[in-house]
Order: sequence, then C-alpha cells, then structure tokens
Amino acid sequence: MLVFTTLIKYILMKILVCISNVPDTTTKITFTNDNTQFNTAGVQFIVNPYDEIALSRAIELCEGGKGTVTVINVGEVATEPTIRKALAIGADDAVRVNAAPRDAYFTAYQIAEYAKANDFDAILCGRESIDYNGSQVAAMIGEFLDIPSISIIKKLDFDGTTATIEREIEGGKEVVSVTGKFVASCAEGTAEAKIPNMRGIMSARTKPLTVLEAVAIEELGKVTKFETPAPRGAVKLIPAESAEDLISLLHSEAKVI
Amino acid sequence: MSVLVYVEQVDGKFKKSVFEAVSYAKAIADNQNTSLTAISIGNVAESDLKELGKYGASKVLNVATDQLKTFVNQAYAAVIAEAATKEGSNIVVLSNSFSGKGLSPRVAVKLKAGLVDGAVELPNFDGGFSVKKTAFSGKAFAVTSLTSANKVIALNPNAFGVKENPADAVIENFSPEVKATDLTAIVKEIVRATNKVSLPDAELVVSAGRGLKGPENWGMIEELADLLGAATACSKPVSDADWRPHSEHVGQTGIAISPNLYIAIGISGAIQHLAGVSSSKVIVVINKDPEAPFFKVADYGIVGDAFEVVPKIIAALKAHKG
Repeated sequence: MLVFTTLIKYILMKILVCISNVPDTTTKITFTNDNTQFNTAGVQFIVNPYDEIALSRAIELCEGGKGTVTVINVGEVATEPTIRKALAIGADDAVRVNAAPRDAYFTAYQIAEYAKANDFDAILCGRESIDYNGSQVAAMIGEFLDIPSISIIKKLDFDGTTATIEREIEGGKEVVSVTGKFVASCAEGTAEAKIPNMRGIMSARTKPLTVLEAVAIEELGKVTKFETPAPRGAVKLIPAESAEDLISLLHSEAKVI
Repeated sequence: MSVLVYVEQVDGKFKKSVFEAVSYAKAIADNQNTSLTAISIGNVAESDLKELGKYGASKVLNVATDQLKTFVNQAYAAVIAEAATKEGSNIVVLSNSFSGKGLSPRVAVKLKAGLVDGAVELPNFDGGFSVKKTAFSGKAFAVTSLTSANKVIALNPNAFGVKENPADAVIENFSPEVKATDLTAIVKEIVRATNKVSLPDAELVVSAGRGLKGPENWGMIEELADLLGAATACSKPVSDADWRPHSEHVGQTGIAISPNLYIAIGISGAIQHLAGVSSSKVIVVINKDPEAPFFKVADYGIVGDAFEVVPKIIAALKAHKG
C-alpha cells in the first residue's frame, strides 16, 4: 500500500500558478497624493486576465486526477476575494504571501522561495500584469531557481516531465522543448479562460488558503510618480465622399507616409 | 566602465529596433561620459556588426559560439551578465522585444540590477536615475527610480527613434563558457513569415474590427496594409471569433503598440482597445457610427461605411504612389 501511494504521488504533477490582483480592464486610471499613488477608490479588482489563462491551462493539464494546481499571490489580505475566484475557477489550494507586492523582483523572490520549499513540476504566470505591465516575474523566478523560463507562450503541452511550448516571436512562433522543471508566462491562445460555475464557487469557500509571511530582500528601485498621457487635439473630420483626401493629408500634413 | 547594449539578431540580421536601442544606449553613455559597447550573440556578418558603429557603438563583443546560435534566454542572460561584468558596465540596455522580455529579467537578477521594462524615454539623471515606462496598458506612465548600482533598461520599440552618431566599431570576439544546464530548453522549430511586417516593430499599422462583418472581408485591409508597407492588426472580438490570429490583437489584453500611424477601421474604440494604441503618433479612425468613442482620440476621422471608404483610400494611395 505504501509503495502504491508513493507511486501515485510520484506520477501526479504539481503546478504552481502565480496570480496578480489587478484593476478591472474597464477601470479609468487616476492617481492620488500628487500622482504618487494609484487611486483605488471604486475600483473593482480581478484576477489578472493573463494569469487566468495560465490557471485555466494548468487546470486542463491536471484534469482527470493527473495532478494538482496551487495558486500563489503576493498581496495583502484585501486580495483574498481574487484568490477565492482562482479557487472557484478550479485551483485545488492557494497560498498568499502576506505583503504588498513592492515590485516584480520582490514578488518573484517570494514565489521562488515558496517553490524551492515545495516541489513543483511547473510554474505558470500570465505574460504580464495589466497594471504595471512588467513581464518580469516569470523570468525572474526562473533565474532565482536556476531553471528554464519561457516568456510569452501561446501553447503548452506538458506530461509532467517534458513540455512542448510555442512561444511568440516577432512575425511568427518558436517551438521549444523543455525536460524538467520550468517556468512559463502565458499569453492568449494557451487556453480559453475558464468561468467559475456554481459548484466551483461553493467549494472555493472551503479550499485551503495558507498565509505565509514574506522573506526580506533588498529594494532595487521603486515607482516615484505616475503620469497620464497628454490629451490629443481635436479630430479633423474628412467627409466620406472625399475619403481619398486622407492620403494627401497623411503625406503632406501629418508626414507619416 | 561603459554602457552595454544587447543587439538581438534575427536570422543573422539586425532590425530597426536594435539600431534604436543602440542610439538610446549611446545617449545614456554620453551622459555618463563613457563609451558604448554592444554585445551580439549568434552568427552575424562582420559588416553588419560594423554597422552598429553608425549609431555610436565603439566596441562590439561578438559571441559566435555554435551552442548559442539559437536564442535560449537562460544562456544568453548568463553571457550578457558576464560581458557586463567584464566591461564594468553598470547599465545594460535591451530592446523590449518578445525575446527581450524573457531576457532582461534574468540579466537583472544576475546583476542584482533594478529593471525598467517598457521604457519610453531617456532616463532622468537629475539627482538620481529614473526612467519613464508605460503602465496600466498605455492608460498611464510610471516613473521608476532605480537605486541599485547596476541597472537594466528594456526600451519599447518606436519610443526613441534611430539616431546616427558615428563611431568606429572595433569588433572583439568573446567566447564565454556556457553551462550545459543553461541550455536545457531546446528550440525545435522556428516559423516566421518573412514577407510580413512584424506588428510590435511596425511604423504603420492598419487595424480592423467587427465592423468588417466577417473574415472574408479582410482582403481590402491586407491590400491597404501591403500598399503602405504596414502591419495588420485587429480588435479583441475579432481575434476571439478567430477571424484573425491572436498575434494581431492589439489592446489592453493583447499587445500595446506605438506606431507612427494607426488606422482603425470598423473599431468602436472600447477603453481596453484604446489603452493598447493610444501612444500611436497619428490615429485615423474610419467608422460609420459618428458617436464611436474612438473619434475622441483620433487625429483624422472619416464617418462612413468601411466598404465604401477603404476602396477610395486604396485608389488614392495607388495614385499617390504613381
């Protein structure tokens, strides 16, 4: 019996998915305190859409008892509804590292430290977070753990040992094969984002959510100020009947063609 | 000490975004009263390496090791970090390309360097070192102050421009040792459409949305793009419906672009779409709905049916090109 359970444990894959708590995509972005802080008043927070894609793929890969999916978030207690959403989508358990995610370096270090202590076969992230738009965390985790990282992937097949990955490159794609542990950051195409069903929402309430304290690491930089784009001038309307005028305007006035 | 710039080759050639990164790194080197060294990994002809001098690189480290012919970020990061140490470079510049995005974070961790990716301007050196970058998917910018001794900057395409600043580039072969464990990710296949303009680098982009009614109507969009030498793009509903590939989706959850010209045809301009394109220099909107929100951020607008307007523009463009 003991041999049997050990064997089962051995062939089950363990995937860690990193999720970020970000403002909903329809949010109008404003700042407070002399443009030094993002104004969270009235803002709805969601699971970062790319992380949702990563999570959905992880769940697909583990379907049918092939493995388990753990989600990890570096955030303060306010991010727990977002973590529960990830559990409702289908993650088996969750970890929250109790700290404000200072920057990608800090966040990646926390996740790498957790992953070091818990043996995961693969770590998946979204291609970038839609707030700070760093696409840094995945590759930084890879570097901290000294394992391969593949950024901006569009397809992932993984049997627990070998992964076949399609990565986006300018004007095409690259197919990469990795044997052993790896980190990947997922873009559209990797999976269709799953929508939680009622059973998922109910069971999410009782799934394990472990809270860990952060590990100290030096600060290398920080955001000191935000700016909003300069407003554009008024639109110059061209009547549809003389649409051809656009070409001469783009040539002699805007000078872009 | 010098500033180090990584020059990414694609099939042995450098693209415009590389010359842009070299120009940008040269401006930083000038400010720091130091020289600029470039590092190239892969097989690039000497004449192409020499050309980097035109934009200010006075030295080019050429890593032509067979093992490193194809891009593996783990190994490339190790080589770049080693070059930075050897050259005493505390500032490393890269292009924020697809490969650059997988590379710069690893280089930064190796060098314990603060990293700004998606930089849109030269650093501000007044009383420190801060760099402006895109944030909230183009809805805002974040000024990031780097306090670490080493710094890594990944520059967004089309953010700085190519600036000539001739220097005589000395080419030096550099053969660092590569750990086998850094090469475990194996590139099996590269599929690249060579006849198409790549979207993130494109200076001109023609984009279309649901107003086109179906994928069978993209012929005129492609014709217009071909005539302009532009890349094609689309809105999210279009890629979600599989009318066009995901790689063409621009917007908050697609890719953010900043071309010189963005022509949006039959796209209403939802806030998520605008986020990804609002830093385009000139925006043209063609939509039959005069209330479409996209007109509020457009430089030129045509209220009309795309199926009547676009053919007229194509005809005018053909006449213009003679």
